[in-house]
Amino acid sequence: MTIELIGTYAVAVFLLIGSGFVAVGVIGLLKFNDSMTRLHAPTKVGTVGIGALLLASMIHSFVLGESSLHELLIMAFLFVTAPISAHFIAKVNIHQRSCDTPPAPIRDKTWSTLHVPEGDLEAAEQGQPTG
Amino acid sequence: MTFATELMDIALIVAFATLALGQILSMVRLVIGPTTGDRILALDTMVINALGLVVLLGIYQGVQIYFEVSLLIAMLGFVSTVALARFILRGDIIE
Repeated sequence: MTIELIGTYAVAVFLLIGSGFVAVGVIGLLKFNDSMTRLHAPTKVGTVGIGALLLASMIHSFVLGESSLHELLIMAFLFVTAPISAHFIAKVNIHQRSCDTPPAPIRDKTWSTLHVPEGDLEAAEQGQPTG
Repeated sequence: MTFATELMDIALIVAFATLALGQILSMVRLVIGPTTGDRILALDTMVINALGLVVLLGIYQGVQIYFEVSLLIAMLGFVSTVALARFILRGDIIE
């Protein structure tokens, strides 16, 4: 059993693992019944799925003999940015009150995510663009 | 053609089909919504799945040139998701 053969098997296995994770993430995005629950599926499972696909690509480049670890860069970038975008989408959900509002903060009157400045409210009533 | 390469080809076809199906399913979520957060999330998922499709194309053709493409897609996807979310949150992207 040569190293190329093992590499080819590894590429196949990682491709199947990755596509399985991606499928689970997308099915979760479609099937769950609450905005905040739906946020879980693609941002965590999908990221792992794409990570497995990138790993397969990396191993495939080694099998072909042009070894490269480029894909680690994409993987690192994706693993860092996926939670940040998930956090922003969660803030959008809280801001639009499409989920349960969090309990009131101890010191301030309201959460900054839910806070709408007075000027913005008046402008919204008059139909003017804000910002 | 050995069994290993045959298995890899089958896995590649399965992965292509799964990601294409994933694009269609997240497009369904993009259309039915119902909230803005769901639509942003569906767009984010579609960008990440498109990145996966580009990576799979690179494996299929056995070339390295798709690396820059997928890196650019990853960066643009993150920036566009944050820009959309900030537009909803603040009514403006750069204040």
